[in-house]
Amino acid sequence: MSATTAPTSDATPATEVPMVEARGVHKVFGHGAGALHVLRGVDLVVPQGSVTVVLGPSGSGKSTLLRCLNELEEITAGSVHVDGELLGYRHDAKGVLHRLHPRRIAAQRSRIGMVFQRFHLFGHMTALENVAEAPVQVRGLSKAAARRRAAELLERVGLADRADHYPAQLSGGQQQRVAIARALAMDPELMLFDEPTSALDPELVGEVLTVMQDLARSGMTMVVVTHEIGFAREVADHVVFMDDGVVVEQGPPGAVLENPSEPRLQEFLSHVL
Amino acid sequence: MTSHATDTPRAGARSSDLPEPLHARPVPRPGRWVSAVVVLVLAAMVLHALVTNPNFRWDTVWLYLRDVNVVRGVGWTLVLTFGSMAIAVVLAVLLAIMRRSDNPVMRSVSWAYIWFFRGTPIYTQLVFWGLISVLYPRLSLGVPFGPEFFVFDTRDVITAFWAALLGLALNEAAYLAEIVRAGLGSVDPGQAEAARALGMKESRILRRIVLPQAMRVIAPPTGNETISMLKTTSLVVAVPFTLEITYATSAIGTRTFQPIPLLIVAALWYLLITSVLMVGQYYIERYYGRGFDGGATGPRRGAGRKGSGGTGSTGGAGRRAGRLSRQAAIRGAGTTKDDPFAEVTP
Repeated sequence: MSATTAPTSDATPATEVPMVEARGVHKVFGHGAGALHVLRGVDLVVPQGSVTVVLGPSGSGKSTLLRCLNELEEITAGSVHVDGELLGYRHDAKGVLHRLHPRRIAAQRSRIGMVFQRFHLFGHMTALENVAEAPVQVRGLSKAAARRRAAELLERVGLADRADHYPAQLSGGQQQRVAIARALAMDPELMLFDEPTSALDPELVGEVLTVMQDLARSGMTMVVVTHEIGFAREVADHVVFMDDGVVVEQGPPGAVLENPSEPRLQEFLSHVL
Repeated sequence: MTSHATDTPRAGARSSDLPEPLHARPVPRPGRWVSAVVVLVLAAMVLHALVTNPNFRWDTVWLYLRDVNVVRGVGWTLVLTFGSMAIAVVLAVLLAIMRRSDNPVMRSVSWAYIWFFRGTPIYTQLVFWGLISVLYPRLSLGVPFGPEFFVFDTRDVITAFWAALLGLALNEAAYLAEIVRAGLGSVDPGQAEAARALGMKESRILRRIVLPQAMRVIAPPTGNETISMLKTTSLVVAVPFTLEITYATSAIGTRTFQPIPLLIVAALWYLLITSVLMVGQYYIERYYGRGFDGGATGPRRGAGRKGSGGTGSTGGAGRRAGRLSRQAAIRGAGTTKDDPFAEVTP
């Protein structure tokens, strides 16, 4: 697969540990004849503080790749390092690989924020409670401190006046902004976005993208699966195009989006642009 | 769908927008009046037949309604009902979680428990619990298949009351387990996934995220089961446990040769307790439905004031509030599909 992988962004100094380093990642769903080989050896390097946008037709494996970066899917082969730490496994002194205890995996996940296509806000909690929940339950923050911080984060995403609304009382765009605030409440070092605007009405897409753009400007490392080419062009440092479980082409947005060399990418762009 | 919503008057819109509503004569419906009169007459006949028939001995009913043995019977019935339901709920949650476990031993044991206790009559089970001290005269604590540390006489530990309570609880747990399982299954897996992505442990996810939302589905049938359990406690005579209301009243009825009035006494008490339980059920269901019911409600009561004035970000809080209430009005019209994620454009 290394033949299809372009050299990683020049901006990374050789000494810095990349935020994400995925090597030869395979993911197979199911067993035997019905097995589905979704990822077929993906390499991905995301430098600290950079924004990577993953593009690709549906079924290309881009969402699965994102879920592998957060352990929501267990990879079949390969390795994923986040901030230099191997996800999900450890090597003992003799070099034998061990699966990590679920508690350790939960701790790893708590440093990685994730935003879902369908928001998945906790329906029985208000916006403020949604944001304050994990810091209390995972970090052991006091309720009062967590609520103060949650209020700050809701203000940051422009929803201070919606703190006491339940998700069902918010528009899709507002729900997604609460979901972003909820992920930020854990002070993640990496944020993953899984098609964050795909479930939104067109007029609500902008408000979510604005929040994401602000976040990128603040220096957050982000991996974004999206169909918003405009966002990729303006915000991304690095664009990755996937098809059929492999990375077909990647590079800076100017090169990838304006002068695609791969026919599959040319065809994809002609459909979405 | 949406065009229909536009045609209906908007309850939440600004009042200056409201047009003069249409004034039209309603369709004449004589059938409604005729059917209402017929049903009312029939109801009056039934009531009359109940009140005026001397065989019911309403004076005796009134006398024994407040009899000390009867009221004590009511107390025991309540103890059995709530005691067995409490034990059953705990067991049922355990069984439902076992049923969803990755461990095949847990899954099969839970399945077999539900299979057995749902598959045999409660009356038979209660008889067996009554006979437990004959079947197993000695109970002991110790190493399984090994030495015993404490030995009890079964009759001293499992009295008629405990046999009745456990018998009811173990049977009920099997039914409730299926209700809990359905409730847990009704929660969108995305909820647990979102919690997992935040780094929450599985036990926390179950307790804080999944169970509270499952309760919305679990609470109504559990209320139903509680009301059913109230009446099922009358079967504990099979143990035999003889202090609850049905046995207490029928004993008086036999002694005074007035079985009918005493049956009515028991029935009235059951009715009264059921009515109280229904009120409680309403409030419990409302609590667990928070955040889901209709979406036509405002923000949580007593809240939402502090933010709306000052920090309004772009368009101003007033415009947003108008927008939300319009959404609420559209949803309230009931013409849209019940999807909390759907934003409806008129």
